[in-house]
Amino acid sequence: MKTLLELEDVEARYGPIHALHGVSLAVQEGAIVAVLGPNGAGKTTTLRAVSGTVRRSGRIVFDGKALGRAGPAGAARLGIAHVPEGRGTFSELTVWENLRLGAYTRRGSIKSDVERVLTYFPWLSDRRRQQAGTLSGGEQQMLALARAFVQRPKLLLLDEPSLGLAPVLVAEIFRIVRELNEKEGLSVLVVEQNAHLALQAAQFGYVLEAGEIALSGTSAELRADESIQRSYLGY
Amino acid sequence: MPRFLSPLANVQPTVYLVVAGAVFLLVGSLDSARFASLTVGGVGVGAAYGSLALALVLIYRATHVINFAQGELAMLTTYIAYQLVQWGLSYWEAFFATLAIAFVLGTAIQVTIIRPVQHRSVIGTVIVTVGLFILIDGIASWRWGGIAYAQLPSPFGFGAWEVGGVPIQHLYAGMFGIVLASVLLVWALFRFTKIGLGMRAAALRPAAASLAGVRVDAMLALGWGFAAVLGAVAALMYEPSQFSGLTPTLMQTALVYAFAAAVLGGLESPAGALVGGLAIGVFLNMLAGYAPQVVSLEVPFAFAALLATLLIKPSGLFGQSQVQRV
Amino acid sequence: MRRRLPALGSVAIVAAALSVLPFVLSDYNVYLGAEVGVFFIAILGLNILTGYTGQISIGHGAFMAIGAYVTAVMSRDHGTNLVLTMLVAFAACFVIGLLVGLPALRLSGVSLALATFALAVSVPQLPLQWSNYLGGSLGVQASTKPSGLFGISMPGVAALSNQWIYGVAWASSALLFGMAWLILRGRVGRAFRAVRDSEIAAVASGVELGLYKTLAFGISAAYAGVAGSLFVMASNGFAQYQDFLVVLSLQLLIGAAVAGLGSLWGILVGAAFVGLLPKISGSVPLIGSDNGRDIVYGLLVILVMLVLPGGFAGLLARLRSLARGLNRESIPVKLRESSSQ
Repeated sequence: MKTLLELEDVEARYGPIHALHGVSLAVQEGAIVAVLGPNGAGKTTTLRAVSGTVRRSGRIVFDGKALGRAGPAGAARLGIAHVPEGRGTFSELTVWENLRLGAYTRRGSIKSDVERVLTYFPWLSDRRRQQAGTLSGGEQQMLALARAFVQRPKLLLLDEPSLGLAPVLVAEIFRIVRELNEKEGLSVLVVEQNAHLALQAAQFGYVLEAGEIALSGTSAELRADESIQRSYLGY
Repeated sequence: MPRFLSPLANVQPTVYLVVAGAVFLLVGSLDSARFASLTVGGVGVGAAYGSLALALVLIYRATHVINFAQGELAMLTTYIAYQLVQWGLSYWEAFFATLAIAFVLGTAIQVTIIRPVQHRSVIGTVIVTVGLFILIDGIASWRWGGIAYAQLPSPFGFGAWEVGGVPIQHLYAGMFGIVLASVLLVWALFRFTKIGLGMRAAALRPAAASLAGVRVDAMLALGWGFAAVLGAVAALMYEPSQFSGLTPTLMQTALVYAFAAAVLGGLESPAGALVGGLAIGVFLNMLAGYAPQVVSLEVPFAFAALLATLLIKPSGLFGQSQVQRV
Repeated sequence: MRRRLPALGSVAIVAAALSVLPFVLSDYNVYLGAEVGVFFIAILGLNILTGYTGQISIGHGAFMAIGAYVTAVMSRDHGTNLVLTMLVAFAACFVIGLLVGLPALRLSGVSLALATFALAVSVPQLPLQWSNYLGGSLGVQASTKPSGLFGISMPGVAALSNQWIYGVAWASSALLFGMAWLILRGRVGRAFRAVRDSEIAAVASGVELGLYKTLAFGISAAYAGVAGSLFVMASNGFAQYQDFLVVLSLQLLIGAAVAGLGSLWGILVGAAFVGLLPKISGSVPLIGSDNGRDIVYGLLVILVMLVLPGGFAGLLARLRSLARGLNRESIPVKLRESSSQ
């Protein structure tokens, strides 16, 4: 299996504050990889480093190419779709306009792309003209996911998808993510506080603490690990 | 409310106000020829204010910056049109060439001067626009200030249609028409094109837009370009209505009225800016017609409107009320 | 103004230099020096308002106008001693500033800027409307003889001569600077800074937001009033509305931005920038004349904002940390922004 994304000794800072102190991780093509850890560990920053939203140093290789100084717009064009914390949906625009934005980087007809997306989110086609801000939290999260998928990315960066959502909706979202992964071959790097759900969906995981990787392994290994059980799985 | 009226529940109350105002004007015009002619003049000039106000709103929506130099930039582009006509172009050739030049100028200014400051602070950017105001004023005065009685040929002539005893000058009709056409074009651009969507997204949430692949900086530059075009339209339409013709101070009071119009309409609402401009144009013309002794208070009146709006409904007539912060 | 005593060295140098200048410079330059003093006071006031409570005003020219007309009218009608009129201007503008500051509490950022801009444009028109009392376009001429109490006469120096104005202007500046320093180092100053840094946190800490924001407005307006008073005195006692148009308020804003926050030198540089540059750059070759001056001035304003976002004070801070050999970036003090995205 090919390595789609590789981070080597990546550091990131917000002004004078160092958030990541040399993070190395990898995402294989077609895999779902989870990033776990406590608040403030730098999980969101890791995703931001990949999409270029935050200043970073170190080596990031995506699909064989070094990412260099590319900002978020550049990363999108390369095939990285980042669904940020808080979804990043445009509340003032309609559902349809949000989806169309997803296709911003694509040329030519997006009809087939959108139709494909609608097979995963059928309820969206009735709500095209609805203002995105009037959707419920769960629906907005799904819209964000749909928008990311319209982009036809190779890699999906998913930041805290369960935040603020009822368990039923969260389960649904992870089900869709797994489906996209299995049927469309979409690779996923997901940051999640809910370790249980994350390890169920993912094949591989990293535990981030204070800006560094503390632990890594397959989800089975992580689930079996005692310290993980204590800290994140509530045992 | 009764069921057949229920679609009206979604309509903002200020729309009623606007409709009521329009009805008032219509009734008054039918009643008195003088009222009608003042209304016509007010609508013409108000369209120019509205266009300039729209330019201000465009930039404000995208960057939360008030461009103090908008009027001066518009004035400069009008002088460029003048120069083109002097060099032999016909009015309409010069008109469209000027719009193109305005677009380029607007984008160039954003890229070279505004972009380096805009990320740092809003007030810093505003001060840069003030510096730009002074700079452009200096340049225009230096190059063309010495020309007395400069004038652009009026494309509409000075004739008028007689409608029921009321003269409707071609000039005012033309001003309104051209501004309306440009505003509609810009609106269509924003509403129906991919680039327009990108610009809207960049203005709403630059971070999220960036993640979708929108080059936010480029969108901001385009926004400035279009704003410059709207400003050029405003000035080109405004100039023939001014007795003093084309002078470097052409757009200075207009800018003040455009501010008031933009605030009145709600700084984030393009429709509001246009309606605000028309309202101010009509109001001031009425004032000049019926109460000429307070003419020197025109500007303060415009600002009283601005202040009142800011204090009573800071989001303007058409704006969305925002959550009250501490 | 920093919490510890501004380096006595700085103050001493400035005071010494200023005392010597009138004897060294030509009469016209002394006049210019007085103008710089006028701007110094106004920008000092603006520093308190914007720098310390984060409220943006593009309208302080209006307060200068009020102070100016107070002086001119009082002198014309009652022959009041000019220095006394300065005190009245201070008090009057303080009250008016409080009155303006109250509704201003509901606005912030760009809205406040626009509202104060409205003031700047409207207030100078009032003399035209009330031309009977305020002289209309002809202006108001103050009587030039200081009389009554506080008759300040310097031996050998005629009242309203450039030396006299210079002396009064800079003496007032020193006084007002000292007063500002005292205010800002105390409880009031801390409250101001709390308001600037985070209104929500300030309220949570029990700072009465409305009180301090309005107070800041009043103080800055009072300072501008005194500046206006001095301005009229420097103009031979003649007050005319044309001197107080919106351009003046823009000048003050530019001066405050160039000055940066909290540095004596900064305010001096800001005052000099706004007071001197427009008059000097008129001798630019090639373009010459008024227009050349505007072009250069405009370019300079843009350049300064591009290169020195923290104003002169920011530049000093950066130089100081470089001199100390520290590599950390000085965290720029941002003037209050409107709501972020």
